[in-house]
Amino acid sequence: MSKTRAESPGWSRRSLVRSLTQIHGNTTRLILIAAAAGLFSAVAGVGGGVVIVPLLMALLGVDARVATATSLAAIAAIAIWGVAAYGVLGDVNWVYAALVGVPALVGVTAGVRLRQHLSPVHIARVFAGVLVVAAVLLLVLR
Amino acid sequence: MTGYLLAILMGVLGGFIAALAGVGGGVIFVPALALVLGLSQASAEATSLLAIVPVALLGTWQQRHTGEVRVRMALIIGIAAALPAVGGAFAGHYLPETALRIVFAILILAIAVRVWMTAGRRA
Repeated sequence: MSKTRAESPGWSRRSLVRSLTQIHGNTTRLILIAAAAGLFSAVAGVGGGVVIVPLLMALLGVDARVATATSLAAIAAIAIWGVAAYGVLGDVNWVYAALVGVPALVGVTAGVRLRQHLSPVHIARVFAGVLVVAAVLLLVLR
Repeated sequence: MTGYLLAILMGVLGGFIAALAGVGGGVIFVPALALVLGLSQASAEATSLLAIVPVALLGTWQQRHTGEVRVRMALIIGIAAALPAVGGAFAGHYLPETALRIVFAILILAIAVRVWMTAGRRA
């Protein structure tokens, strides 16, 4: 048994997970991902996508393309919850949110166009690069 | 004035990264708000979350025909994250979080290595 696992631990685990999800559904895994993402996004302020994307890939076996697109959709909802909490606490600067957020709409439109031409592998590598930036900022910013 | 211009450019970049990497763009928004525009860290994180909402909504809408947005998965995660997100927001407001940040940073780096290494094998 241990020999088999040593030969291909990643592959066998992933295919096992995949077959389990087909039989039992994946709601429990999604809720686990949600708990990690919600905490992470609000405490670290870097957004839940940092954990949603790799967890969707590892636990649900989707590729980076599906993981990133689905993550962005989930983040819309998570950010609304976070803003609701922060809004109550009075920390939101609405003018600066528009100053950064409105130009970002141009950026997201360009990004959506570009990603149609990228393979899941390239998207995974871009994501890994973003993670490194996020980690550095977590350590530098206070 | 240059500060505002830089913040606008970082906004564009944040949106771009949001679409490519499936993150909200906070990675760029928070430093733009905290370092360039001078908000406190707590206020920058809160304001970043607000900026993320329309970015994530528009990016999702634009990808609605690609078949890559798994709506059921996104809805379950988005709804189930409500309580932890609110709890985390209060924690971020009241707790000193240096240790937490270091732990998160190390965790993120480990994930980055794993995603990079396994990217080719998944194709």
